Amino acid sequence: MTMTRSKGSVTDRVQGEPIALDGAKAVAQAMRQMNPDVVAAYPITPQTEIVQTFSEYVANGEVDTEFVAVESEHAAMSACIGAAAAGGRVQTATTSAGMAFMWEVLYVASSLRLPIIMAVANRALSAPLNIHCDHSDAMGARDAGWLQVYAEDVQEAYDNAFQALRIAEHPDVMLPVMHCQDGFIISHGVERLELLPDGAVKEFIGTYTPRYSLLDTEHPATFGPVDLQDHYFEHKRQQVDGMEKALAVVEEIGQEYGDLTGRYYGHLSPYRLEDAEIAIVVMGSTAGTTKIAVDKMRERGIKAGLLKLRTFRPFPADAVAEALAGVSAVAVLDRAIAFGSQGNPIFLDVCTSLYASGARPDVVNYVYGLGGRDTTASQITTVYADLLNIAETGQRGPLVRYLGLRE
Amino acid sequence: MALKSWRELPIGGVILESGSSVDYLTGGWRAERPIIDMDRCTSCMICWIFCPEGGILVEESKVTGIDMDHCKGCGICALECPPKVIKMVQEVTALEGEQGR
Repeated sequence: MTMTRSKGSVTDRVQGEPIALDGAKAVAQAMRQMNPDVVAAYPITPQTEIVQTFSEYVANGEVDTEFVAVESEHAAMSACIGAAAAGGRVQTATTSAGMAFMWEVLYVASSLRLPIIMAVANRALSAPLNIHCDHSDAMGARDAGWLQVYAEDVQEAYDNAFQALRIAEHPDVMLPVMHCQDGFIISHGVERLELLPDGAVKEFIGTYTPRYSLLDTEHPATFGPVDLQDHYFEHKRQQVDGMEKALAVVEEIGQEYGDLTGRYYGHLSPYRLEDAEIAIVVMGSTAGTTKIAVDKMRERGIKAGLLKLRTFRPFPADAVAEALAGVSAVAVLDRAIAFGSQGNPIFLDVCTSLYASGARPDVVNYVYGLGGRDTTASQITTVYADLLNIAETGQRGPLVRYLGLRE
Repeated sequence: MALKSWRELPIGGVILESGSSVDYLTGGWRAERPIIDMDRCTSCMICWIFCPEGGILVEESKVTGIDMDHCKGCGICALECPPKVIKMVQEVTALEGEQGR
């Protein structure tokens, strides 16, 4: 299990300030506290509130950030790349069509090994036009070489923002990180959270010394040269290495953050999974809804459990397989469709992890919540009922199902 | 030049030394090869100015030939040459000629 526990003493912890904020404003606060050198961003619903709030901090002189108001998301990420290559700490935010428009340059950011931080308020992709939550945007960027970390609630969205920076800048990683929160559900949902004191944030993020910098004239470096048959392959292999090493770094930083705040983070967060016979794997705000369903099932004497996934990239394959090894039936919930594939993004990774480990629970895939459709605890209890049926009868039934769809 | 493994290369495709394009031989890209008629060349240096690869060899203000390790065979020199004394020859034909000698 990758959920880590405290080593540090409680007295070392900082006292957070309880406050009511939505996820977008919480992340804007986190960005203010991190005081990046450069933020280049373009507004798009439901991310707008992040950059709009942050731009007020810039206008009020509360941060030292150079805010670049660009003409598009392609330009936003391009400006971020230039600033990060110059050695700055750089952040941006986007969603949906904005991320899709960044497509080309997302790969440039990761391939140049620039630790850019991007807050994402996940939203559906057109068409038909829809501004509400699903994970299609980030799943579309699945193979772009970025780390992807997901929040269940406002507090996690806030906490992930700081950890994303530390993970990205870690010398073993040096890759960009997108920290994701469900659009509107988290980004516009007001919740209680604890803000860290500014000084604690400053200390946690420390200072950043880039390995290579365009502005370091004592050590000149060429960024982005042509890279053909004789070297490109090696550079891709290096990116794989950074992503693999990030597995340990995510846990190390999550532990350190826990020692500071009392809130520990890893790749996974199991809920009542120890003795579970059936389990759901889900990522994002629906993990919270699933906990309610788990409790309902447990009240009925059914051994239901939850495995919440926090990091989608790198995918914590061994930990997922270990966590699900004792379960007889698993449902993986995906808030995106990989059209034409044998199941959808998280499902594919879970199945591969289980197959490679030798564990063979029955696994089914549910697509849920596309375009912001509500997914309720009672819907999720029907998933557990389906799993119970699979576990009892051994009949798996359809591999891919649709939750909350009008049939 | 021995190529480095992925473990040895700087990450991100960054190049840390200057002038490294000298070590990167691009002559193999060539489909056509420029041949200068040295008897008629006036060393006006127009080819030297236009060559995008810096591939025109010059000694004591005289054109002496072409750096075939780096010439990509673009043909700009032949196009720009005022007395038209550079001709583009199929690389295969040129290689057969060399072997014939």
